[in-house]
Amino acid sequence: MLDACGAATPEELFAHLPEAVRLGRPLDLAPGISEYDIVRYFRDRAGECANGYASFLGAGIYSHFRPVLVDTVVSRGEFLTSYTPYQAEISQGTLTTIFEFQTMICQLTGMDVANASMYDGSTAVPEAAMMAVRATGRGRVMVAKSVHPEYREVLATYAKHQGMPVTEFGYDAESGGLDLKDLENRIDDLTAAVIIQSPNFFGIVEQVKAAAGIAHRKGALLVVIFTEAVSLGIVEPPGDADIVAGELQSFAISPSYGGPYAGIIATKERYIRQVPGRLVGQTTDSRGNRAFCLTLATREQHIRREKATSNICTNQALIALMATVFMSVYGKQGLRELAEQNLAKAHYLAGKLKPRFTGKFFNEFVVRAPEAANKTLLKKKIIGGLPLGRFYPELADCQLLCATEMTRRADMDTVAEVLA
Amino acid sequence: MIKKVTQHLSQNESLLFERSSPGKKAYQLPDLDVPAVDAAEALGAENVRREIEGFPEVSEVEAIRHFTRLSTWNYAIDYGMYPLGSCTMKYNPRINELVARTEGLAWAHPYQPEALAQGCMEVMARLEAALTEITGMDAVTLQPAAGAHGELTGILLIRALLEKRGNPRKKILIPDSAHGTNPATAAIAGYAVENIKSSETGGVDLAALEQLVSKDVAALMVTNPNTLGVFENNIAAVAEILHRKGAMLYMDGANMNALVGIARPGDFGVDVMHLNLHKTFSTPHGGGGPGAGPVAVKKVLEPFLPSPRLKRAGRKWTFNYKLPRSIGRVKAYYGNFGVLVRALAYILARGGPGLRNATMDAVLNAVYIRKALEPYFDLPYTSPNMHEVVFSDERQAKLGVRTGDLAKRLIDYGFHPYTVSFPMIVHGALMIEPTETESKLELDQFIDAMISIAKEVETDPQMVKNAPYSTRTSRVDETTAARKPVLRWKPA
Repeated sequence: MLDACGAATPEELFAHLPEAVRLGRPLDLAPGISEYDIVRYFRDRAGECANGYASFLGAGIYSHFRPVLVDTVVSRGEFLTSYTPYQAEISQGTLTTIFEFQTMICQLTGMDVANASMYDGSTAVPEAAMMAVRATGRGRVMVAKSVHPEYREVLATYAKHQGMPVTEFGYDAESGGLDLKDLENRIDDLTAAVIIQSPNFFGIVEQVKAAAGIAHRKGALLVVIFTEAVSLGIVEPPGDADIVAGELQSFAISPSYGGPYAGIIATKERYIRQVPGRLVGQTTDSRGNRAFCLTLATREQHIRREKATSNICTNQALIALMATVFMSVYGKQGLRELAEQNLAKAHYLAGKLKPRFTGKFFNEFVVRAPEAANKTLLKKKIIGGLPLGRFYPELADCQLLCATEMTRRADMDTVAEVLA
Repeated sequence: MIKKVTQHLSQNESLLFERSSPGKKAYQLPDLDVPAVDAAEALGAENVRREIEGFPEVSEVEAIRHFTRLSTWNYAIDYGMYPLGSCTMKYNPRINELVARTEGLAWAHPYQPEALAQGCMEVMARLEAALTEITGMDAVTLQPAAGAHGELTGILLIRALLEKRGNPRKKILIPDSAHGTNPATAAIAGYAVENIKSSETGGVDLAALEQLVSKDVAALMVTNPNTLGVFENNIAAVAEILHRKGAMLYMDGANMNALVGIARPGDFGVDVMHLNLHKTFSTPHGGGGPGAGPVAVKKVLEPFLPSPRLKRAGRKWTFNYKLPRSIGRVKAYYGNFGVLVRALAYILARGGPGLRNATMDAVLNAVYIRKALEPYFDLPYTSPNMHEVVFSDERQAKLGVRTGDLAKRLIDYGFHPYTVSFPMIVHGALMIEPTETESKLELDQFIDAMISIAKEVETDPQMVKNAPYSTRTSRVDETTAARKPVLRWKPA
């Protein structure tokens, strides 16, 4: 090969690089190690984490069982090692699954169109806000304090340099749901979007219809966020929203210390050209057979460059496929039953404690708990709920507890005893 | 002659919704060990949804057949060479998949106590250190989820620094050869975009740059090697011009597979750059993601990095949230950790010497292809190439056959097409990146296929224009898809 390239050594192929830019030494990284050693290295690291602990953490990331079929499917090299399906003739597998994904997300959320995925729930929020700004021609965004605090932080980072002022509005101290009066007082004719989350960060099902009414009367769009996708198996979907943005981690995506997950954006038909990211559409091939392809690309960065609806390119295709397989395995009946189990578990636990808020909740809720309680639980190999002080100073004496179908009754009894 | 592939039967398959029927199930839930609750009572009757209309109901065997059949309709690296320029489609080692699923890592909750997350934090710290060494920069954030997300992070860092110096400035300069994400990112970060025309050799035109850099320019975003696969030999001078006028140099690290172990951006004047772990560091593309887009910076930008940052506290790792000058979060939690695990596994497997060898093989493979195909395809830029080579369809276009047609014909030969019509500075571009993981055997088959297609264009151009012939789906009508969008299934 070197002969064909007219070089005596591989190094000669780099001879055109100026001397000054070349690294005149080997990288300061150890030589390669064997598969066995790599497995051992990561097992050792895993051993420094929480193996064998029961956990009551939710707060945006949930422990749900991952059906075996999910990894079976996503481990297939044809899905794992393919690129973005630009060449439709040899990418119909990925394209078809994305079309099914888009359809199921619409069915779940009550929206008309859904894109092929976003990085995650948190980054879907600013993308939804920017969509609303383009759609309304207004610049201001309002976000509820009961939206996941880290999602609000991400929104702030994106908004800061776009001339998109973000105003927060409060939650009701008794119910834990939206403070609709506060929203009414603060919303104005410059507001492009009102962003709420349901179930909210405290687990409480929000009054979506009422919020939609307030937003729409002022000509703003309502954006509804979700972090617990399993709730959609039993909770009324946010059909009054104009944009739904959410996180699918609950659908067979391992918590994996914060990612990779898959976000979604779904919306009404009329906002289709404002949607960020990839979309798959149905068409036919030259023989007249049904086929799918990436479509409406004139919204996207590789065509529109600085005028694109978003800079997103790589998204979360394989993770979205995990969610697609999950939805197929559980299906209509299974997702309902799964949601019912979550509801039952969380309400069993809540029945033994005193929830801090009165609002209706799905599978997580806030309780007052002494600070030392989680230390006591750790000794029993239980990770308690998320202490809320770091995000809500006014709730410094509280924690957010979550129970799912994987939470065992005996562990709940222990938690109830320690926290009561 | 088509040697690499033979047609075989592939299963037809309908959409899940079309094979769904009431009562079929593929799931099993454990018995509920607590009393069931009444949903209307627990949630409020108005909050309880009816059935999810149209949602599928299939059996387990139907589900697995569905996805297995669909999978066989994809081309993949596991089938053969995937020479997409700029995408670095290298082999994805399966050990990476195994270790990413290690229980204590895969099930780690981002809010579990730091004392019970030391292993995760150690993995991140080790990857940060390795990427710092590889790039020659001073600090790394692992938070961005993909390349474009890294670009946004990098430009916001520049903005934050310039703001602190008193003026965030107005414009970002971007060569006309750049990826589309670059201008899209600049716009989202609140900057106007000014395009720079490439020089005759395809690089940054120093004289033009000198003219364009003013007090309004915040940064130049440059890809190096550029999208022609050519190293910017003037890169140090480019950096000098920018720095002299108080502007910064951003490097798009999409093509880092040409440099690892050979040259480091930190040593040639780059202030901030992103890496695509799903390109250079072998994490799988998965049909379009997930990726990870760590950002590496020089010391001067470190205080602005996204929150939180890993910090050593005695013998433990901790997250530091007290970062008054940070641009804030760009993503919830700490990054696409599962992708980071895979990238670290790759770095550990290769080691320092192995990473350098990979770079040399990647360049050798690309130069080998260039030499073999130069007699058959027009090569508009003749500077020495690195990990990829860009031809144009000029000769074939005279017979009415365009780069997109050649690409479709390549499918019949059993290869995924190269990148079509990019970079935009080459009219009718064929952008070919073989990566280091292809053998000479596979490369020779690819070269034979390309030469054979070049000959077919001369004897039967119309035949090439109608390709592909052997795929289960023939040419797809993308125009109708865009004109009458059907983006979801609906019952007939």
